[in-house]
Amino acid sequence: MSIDWNEFTPWLSLFGGMLIGLAAAMFVLLNGRIAGISGVLGGLLTPLRGDVLWRVAFIGGIVVAPMAYSIFQALPPVQIDADYAALIVAGMLVGVGTQYGAGCTSGHGVCGLSRLSLRSLAATATFMGAGFATVFVLRHVFSF
Amino acid sequence: MFVLSALLSGLVFGLGLIVSGMANPAKVLGFLDLAGAWDPSLAFVMGGAILVGFFAFLMAKKRTRSFIGAEMKLPTASAIDSRLLTGSALFGAGWGVAGFCPGPGLVALGMGEPKALVFVAAMLVGMVIFSWREKRQSNAASACAAGAA
Repeated sequence: MSIDWNEFTPWLSLFGGMLIGLAAAMFVLLNGRIAGISGVLGGLLTPLRGDVLWRVAFIGGIVVAPMAYSIFQALPPVQIDADYAALIVAGMLVGVGTQYGAGCTSGHGVCGLSRLSLRSLAATATFMGAGFATVFVLRHVFSF
Repeated sequence: MFVLSALLSGLVFGLGLIVSGMANPAKVLGFLDLAGAWDPSLAFVMGGAILVGFFAFLMAKKRTRSFIGAEMKLPTASAIDSRLLTGSALFGAGWGVAGFCPGPGLVALGMGEPKALVFVAAMLVGMVIFSWREKRQSNAASACAAGAA
């Protein structure tokens, strides 16, 4: 293992992470809910009366964040190397997997670990492990 | 108020993803690639988020109502079962393929990236497939129970 010092952004990432923590804090202390993005989104697909608007607002807030950011600063570049076929496979796996496993990086990773939930720790270890394994196989076995 | 605070929480979440660099899939893959030139940034994002989140949930656990009077809906499930592990493994595999999890996918969509639109659309299809399957299975289970009775 060698650390990529050119890409490593410890302070910005720590600060951005604290903003994410603040968002999770606001959501649980004001709305009484877990800021789990896959859960909030999934609930929109089987909508219940009176349970839709706040979900749309939360997801909408995430989607408009780049617009708000660009008022103050130029947006950082985004590099998406996966081709369209890979994005479709990735999206479907993420969609099915987060619903079946009841959470993603935000719900299990950020909120679950903050709550010291063993269930979320198991989920986080599993998806991180699967992520490490997938990238290893794709990049170093098949050299995509 | 409930809707406004949801909007603000989502906005701050999205800003955090942009500032931390996690809206960029190449950076996420740089973390997941342990055998390559490794970028530990994602661990610092998680650390920063959990540092703040830990105190928030400590406070939240003691409350029966939120600060604006909403019902507290904290998870009660604690089972570590095959659903949790299989689902998480599928999610992690998809995360490793493109470097996108749901939040960064939505942020990149907001940046107008066509590839993010394809990812998010496929993710929604995956979620719909899951909910159909669940519905069919619960229908089959209740038909089975009715048959037994």
